[in-house]
Amino acid sequence: MNIIITITVTALVVLYAGLFKARKALLPITLIGLLTSLAFVATSWNTSQVFYGMMQMDNFALAFSGVTILGTLFIFLLTQNYFSADSENIAEYFTLILFSLAGIIIMLSYQNMSMLFIGVEIMSVSLYILAGIRKSDFASNEASLKYFLMGAFSTGFLLFGITLIYGATGSFDLTVINQYLVGNFKEISPLFYPGVILLMIGLSFKIGAAPFHFWTPDVYEGAPTLITSFMSTVVKTAGFAAFIRLFTGTLAPLHDFWLAPLLTIICLTLFIGNVTALFQKNFKRMLAYSSISHAGYLLFSLVTLTSDSSNSVLVYAAAYTFASIIAFAVLILVKQKTGNDHFDSFNGLAKRNPLIAFVLTVAMLSLAGIPLTAGFIGKYLMFLNVMKDYQVYLVSFAILNALVGFYYYFKVIVAMYFKEGHELTLEAPLQYKIVMVLSLVITLFLGVYPSLILNLI
Amino acid sequence: MEQLLLLLIFLPLVGALATALSGSAAKHVALSSSVASLALTLVLVCNFIPDASTQFGINFPWIPELGISFHVGVDGISIITVLLTNGLIPLIILAGYQHQYKNASAFYALILFMQSGLLLVFTSLDAFLFYIGWEAALIPIYFICAVWGGKDRIKVNMKFFVYTIAGSLFMLLGMIYLYLQNPAKNFDIQAFYNLSLDGTQQGWIFWAFFIAFAIKMPVFPFHTWQPNTYKEAPAMGTMLLSGIMLKMGIYGVIRWLLPIAPLGLLEWGNTAIILSVIGIVYASIIAFTQKDAKKLVAYSSIAHVGLISAGIFALNQQGMQGAVIQMLSHGINVVGLFFVLDIISSRLKTNRISELGGIAKNAPQLAIVALIIVLGTVALPGTNGFIGEFLLLMGIYQYNIWLAVFGGLTIIFGAVYMLRMYQSIMLGKTNELTVTFTDIRGSEKVLLYIICVLIILLGVYPKPILNLSEAAVQHLIEQVSQKL
Repeated sequence: MNIIITITVTALVVLYAGLFKARKALLPITLIGLLTSLAFVATSWNTSQVFYGMMQMDNFALAFSGVTILGTLFIFLLTQNYFSADSENIAEYFTLILFSLAGIIIMLSYQNMSMLFIGVEIMSVSLYILAGIRKSDFASNEASLKYFLMGAFSTGFLLFGITLIYGATGSFDLTVINQYLVGNFKEISPLFYPGVILLMIGLSFKIGAAPFHFWTPDVYEGAPTLITSFMSTVVKTAGFAAFIRLFTGTLAPLHDFWLAPLLTIICLTLFIGNVTALFQKNFKRMLAYSSISHAGYLLFSLVTLTSDSSNSVLVYAAAYTFASIIAFAVLILVKQKTGNDHFDSFNGLAKRNPLIAFVLTVAMLSLAGIPLTAGFIGKYLMFLNVMKDYQVYLVSFAILNALVGFYYYFKVIVAMYFKEGHELTLEAPLQYKIVMVLSLVITLFLGVYPSLILNLI
Repeated sequence: MEQLLLLLIFLPLVGALATALSGSAAKHVALSSSVASLALTLVLVCNFIPDASTQFGINFPWIPELGISFHVGVDGISIITVLLTNGLIPLIILAGYQHQYKNASAFYALILFMQSGLLLVFTSLDAFLFYIGWEAALIPIYFICAVWGGKDRIKVNMKFFVYTIAGSLFMLLGMIYLYLQNPAKNFDIQAFYNLSLDGTQQGWIFWAFFIAFAIKMPVFPFHTWQPNTYKEAPAMGTMLLSGIMLKMGIYGVIRWLLPIAPLGLLEWGNTAIILSVIGIVYASIIAFTQKDAKKLVAYSSIAHVGLISAGIFALNQQGMQGAVIQMLSHGINVVGLFFVLDIISSRLKTNRISELGGIAKNAPQLAIVALIIVLGTVALPGTNGFIGEFLLLMGIYQYNIWLAVFGGLTIIFGAVYMLRMYQSIMLGKTNELTVTFTDIRGSEKVLLYIICVLIILLGVYPKPILNLSEAAVQHLIEQVSQKL
């Protein structure tokens, strides 16, 4: 609870600091707030506090809170000169991101369906505004409107699903619902099944899994890059954690029922994400589509329900988050210099910026899943998880998709190292360098020695 | 002494780091590092007792949660490949001495990084570790070929990369399957050997591994990436690919495929041998028609590797022993050949056979060493190529006489196209292009002489090498036959 309180209070303090034009103080306050909440994550470890049956801060919630808060912290470090170019009042950017993070923490720890709904809404409403925060930019407005309409639509599904389950069980509480399933396994109310499907659809919308992914590319492309990086890393991780919390725990007895729709979603997500990413000429849009395919790999964890499922998601999500943050950080720098985010903008980048090129290369290798990077361990865990059920065809399909993935992730490496281009020197501020190097260290460290977080949850 | 192997594997990594930071002295640092590795290897070989056991073993948990250990060790077969790797890397680095590569420090650092990956592949006794080494060797060579290669390098190398990684991912799938079947839930090679899988399961495992190894070697019909990759790669990249890297595939078959899936071999071994023999004939015929000397050697390499692969799948003492020794010989010969071609192309900017001729007149020393290397490649008695190919053919003969007849064609075909190439490059009249050709000098001389000495030495007195591997090979054959 203290984590949510800290984040919310930080958000309010930042808002007031903005009111008093204390622009220099915004970032330090935010960072202190986030570091404090990280400290709370560490101190609450293994305590598993429950708050009036509404939220439970178990190790699962804490581990994902750690990843999401750290990811947010890195993204805040990237705000250097980013928002101030758009607007005089940057305090609201900070506040909105923090509010969204507070919603995310609720999504990670809900113990009651109503909290899931509230968490999703707190997170999403802030994001609707953030996506459209460049008021004069047409693409940003479009992104915001699309995101809002689609988000509202998916929330409808989510709410309808929750209602149907309530109708069947008479409760929002996850434990009660689970007991209902176990106790009445032979005579589950027919309301329950459509409820599960609707919940699955609603959450698939939020994580951008196909065929409910249509909003992602446009929203990711139109939103300011930094907001995109927040949406595609932290928000996505949160969506997954919410998904996993519900389906591996509460709804596990119905595994046989929801496995078939899940497999359909997985295959579509992998295929559509990868194949469309292949044809993108724009780096940001490629990242958007590739994030769809990553959603497919992440969903692997739900195919076989074992105690390792949440750990594999944590590793994968961490690997994906930090590699993506690197990619977006470099993208922001390149875009500042060249004005567009086309692959060609990366041509010949390695010549003048060996460090940045190296870091981005490692990030791409990690996203593609090459050994000795965190991404490989994540993919490996997912494959292992599915193989436990001997779903050889699914894994073979995933391998073919991973091959496609190599192709488009290597496009940017090819551009940086092998192509001749305008010899531009990127000026990376110190904070960018810190974020990139830290993310690099995390990526390599998890790749070489993943034991550290493998048994965390 | 116990930690010797650990030092051996990680020394190149340290060397790579030092090279990357050394700026203009990169090639000297890289050479010193690789020579140090070679010295360590010689210590290893001298302390190696030539029996069937695994020696210098190191085993500590790496990712215990997933049953993965850092488990390495050498036996009579892997010591040959370690010797090959650490013996050839200094030669390959020396081969680059006359070149001015841009960004040389990165170039040499990648070579040493690859060396670590290769050593991991050749010594690993844990399947997961093997996979890590397998990919760790691929990434650097991809960058070496794609950054410093010829003009078509990007497309060609993408094909190479996707091909190899496709194979290896299915191998990973096979490994995960074995891991799940293993009651101890680890990747230990001995545990994998002891699994009792039925014929169907082993058939699938056979293919999961075989495709990965067949792509690497390459065996027909998985070879299509190879000629263009060799051609577009920088000379040193080609040497690494053909001299060492393709041995990863051969070694993988010996170490992993045969003992784990003997029943798969029983069912599909015949297919594998026939594919290998088709590759021999097919590559030899194509080699005849090549106009580019580098591509000709690339195709001849496919033919030679086809013979090695057929010899392994014949599964008898002679074939296997021949394969092991031929790995070493082929590595030395092919590096020598590519180096000779590199000397020619760096002086004349071409490797087209029709544009060359009469080089022997201006460069008698080059002509003589090139002749020795060519004779080694065509397996003339008294050279290193002979002993390996003789044993291989004997092994295949025991398996099936007709396959041996077709396999034997490599030697005849090889002699024809190799000597024809030699003739049109070295002999005949000089033309305007070759009239200015200068003879070998300095580091080129050192390197080529070393290679020639090795070719003759191994050809005349191969016993020490055969001794090293004999017991291990015998043990392997017994181990596999028991399970059949």
